[in-house]
Amino acid sequence: MKVAKRTFDAVIVGAGGAGMRAAVTLAESGLKTAVISKVFPTRSHTVAAQGGVSASLGNSEPDHWTWHMYDTVKGSDWLGDQDAIEFMCKQAPQVVVELEHYGMPFDRTDEGKIYQRPFGGHMSNFGEKPVRRACAAADRTGHAMLHALYQRNVRANTQFFVEWLALDLLRGVDGSVLGVIAMELETGEVTVFQAKATLFATGGAGRIYYSSTNAFINTGDGVGMAARAGIPLEDMEFWQFHPTGVAGAGVLITEGVRGEGGILRNASGERFMERYAPNAKDLASRDVVSRAMVTEMNEGRGCGPAKDHVMLDITHLDPKTIMTRLPGIREIAIQFAGVDPIKEPIPVVPTCHYQMGGIPTNYHGQVMAEDGVVPGFYAAGECACASVHGANRLGTNSLLDLLVFGKSSGESMIEQIRKEPAALPEIPQGEIDKTLARLNRLDQQKQGASVHETRLAMQRSMQKHAGVFRFKNLLQEGVEQILAIEKQVQQTEIKDKSQVWNTARMEALELDNLIEVAKATIVSANARTESRGAHVRDDAPDTPEHPDGRDDVNWLKHTLWYRDGNRLSYKPVVMKPLTVEPVALKKRAY
Amino acid sequence: MATRTLNFKIYRYDPDKDASPYMQDISIEIDSTDRKLLDVLVKLKAKDDSLAFRRSCREGVCGSDAMNINGKNGLACLTEIDSLAQPIVLRPLPGLPVIRDLIVDMTQFFKQYHSIKPYVVNNSPAPEKERLQTPEEREELNGLYECILCACCSTSCPSFWWNPDKFVGPAGLLAAYRFIADTRDEVTNERLDNLEDPYRLFRCHTIMNCVDVCPKHLNPTKAIGKIKELMLSRAV
Repeated sequence: MKVAKRTFDAVIVGAGGAGMRAAVTLAESGLKTAVISKVFPTRSHTVAAQGGVSASLGNSEPDHWTWHMYDTVKGSDWLGDQDAIEFMCKQAPQVVVELEHYGMPFDRTDEGKIYQRPFGGHMSNFGEKPVRRACAAADRTGHAMLHALYQRNVRANTQFFVEWLALDLLRGVDGSVLGVIAMELETGEVTVFQAKATLFATGGAGRIYYSSTNAFINTGDGVGMAARAGIPLEDMEFWQFHPTGVAGAGVLITEGVRGEGGILRNASGERFMERYAPNAKDLASRDVVSRAMVTEMNEGRGCGPAKDHVMLDITHLDPKTIMTRLPGIREIAIQFAGVDPIKEPIPVVPTCHYQMGGIPTNYHGQVMAEDGVVPGFYAAGECACASVHGANRLGTNSLLDLLVFGKSSGESMIEQIRKEPAALPEIPQGEIDKTLARLNRLDQQKQGASVHETRLAMQRSMQKHAGVFRFKNLLQEGVEQILAIEKQVQQTEIKDKSQVWNTARMEALELDNLIEVAKATIVSANARTESRGAHVRDDAPDTPEHPDGRDDVNWLKHTLWYRDGNRLSYKPVVMKPLTVEPVALKKRAY
Repeated sequence: MATRTLNFKIYRYDPDKDASPYMQDISIEIDSTDRKLLDVLVKLKAKDDSLAFRRSCREGVCGSDAMNINGKNGLACLTEIDSLAQPIVLRPLPGLPVIRDLIVDMTQFFKQYHSIKPYVVNNSPAPEKERLQTPEEREELNGLYECILCACCSTSCPSFWWNPDKFVGPAGLLAAYRFIADTRDEVTNERLDNLEDPYRLFRCHTIMNCVDVCPKHLNPTKAIGKIKELMLSRAV
């Protein structure tokens, strides 16, 4: 197969919030930048974010970035790196204001400032009481943000390669990253994109689960490519189950609904969160709320004939509030739950939503392998693990992550690129051949496995073996199953052999990435024998020695999973912030 | 689980192997969990992996899966199966070149969107904090900023069919008014100049197909009317 080559200063893979924020910085600096995206930029999954982006602007009541930092560390169950968390929370007001200057249509307060609403785990004065920190554009914050970033890139003349699927990372003999190899969907042609700096901003992989709020495109492409290139994956056992996915459909209902006063009720109409989180109630951290909901259902207090969901009730809110602050939610409830939330509560279940782990980076966006920085390689957003979310992400910190680390990655890349010699190193032919062999295998495969069936088997297995609550015996069984499914993934067969917009080929290649994420998740989860944040195991229960099952003596450390032999290693959590006192370890209560 | 059969007629064309496009008759068993057209398309694709269509968020915010459904443009993910007469006829969006099956080449559509300079232009020094905007001023953007660029509107517009290279089309004009209406934008005059042309704006003959098909219930015709009013008041 003929492989064309293009060269750039910087290549960004992914045109969601993180990729496009980095692209603004790079394109405005005048460097030759390419953004590769498998979908038109405004189709990226950032578009589906609803509730807000956090920043301690203090537009409605006093707030401070150190309180935001405290909440984030606590939310992470102390697994987040405190240097990166300080960096993010301190930068938040500036990046949000920049976004406003780009044209983001935030809602406004009566004084004309950016409107802020309460959100889960957002508290003032180091955990005292809820605070308005989530900056919102109705319940379409992600859509408004993604479009504003795309528009800013149009202004900056950023060069997009739209509907190109990145296939693999290319590394030099010394391990440095030299670019990516990608396929144009319209023609099936394969091209090498060589660059001095390469950023992965490819989003999460929520589609490893059967029930997910994620878009079809969230297949962990960057994470899979990194794993195949020998980069470790960090903390992949931590997946956020959002409390309020529409029962049956999985579509997201923002936490902003509870921020605006929505209440979760069980079959008897009880506001059960009062029992689980007496202080924060419905606005406790997401992992806490999701577990409370599953406990209600497991103990027979779920709603409906199968007692398999609970109700999110906003019927007591002023219809005007719903129409102005939550118009998109009303539409989703009508479309996907068949209820008008002004009149009836919405049936909801915890649904896989967010990948806390990912490609390990520092807060400059540089990818970190065991022996230090991987030259030329950066990652930002959900595909990366900085780690600011640790074992559980706070709502609205994801959009903030995209802005802060998209920007810092862009700046780090500029700094590196300006120091590089003009001549680009040779890309080893073996690197390119590996990808071509994978494509060739897929095109030649006969009597292979169906992509659809294999993906479904993986999703069902992950759902059963690594869900909201985790069980020792199920985790072990899950490892065996996923490794068996991997064998099928290596033999997928597609009937469609066309070179033109071959979606069957695209889905098969995406499954190659999904399975890496699934393996990393189940192997890492099986090994972590404590409960922390979103990872709660039956054999690590709440005891006086280990409150909530958390074991800081043995497990206050990040997991690193390597594809080669499913090897695991661990690295310490950064407990020292950049300038302030550390947030000391304590039991997490809301 | 109760199942039933759905009958489709789907536009198929793969330039790699088909001399010309054809309509394919396909039937499929569905169950009660298949509520939206996209659910069924995914099921169809599991049976025949060569069926090509775009999709992403499956909740009506990304704008990927616009197509012509029983003669009307819409999003597959928001279209109730039960609302459709059979056989369900699926075609690519009209008026744009077909790449394959239900996938069209949207270059022209985005070219028009880009032509209106879709970004806030404000050359005043940026304040340290946000630029202020009253809730009332912000409300002017409602019904405009929510556009998902699915192209349902522009590809249902006869004026866009005849002059896709010259007429901006409803989506682009809605965006044009979104920036005119934004108090933070300082170049209304230049924006109006950019549309002062026999084709770019004035090819809208208020047929209102755009309003009829918009999956987000937006009203491009109204936005176009407001631009025309501004042009008029500027002329006198």
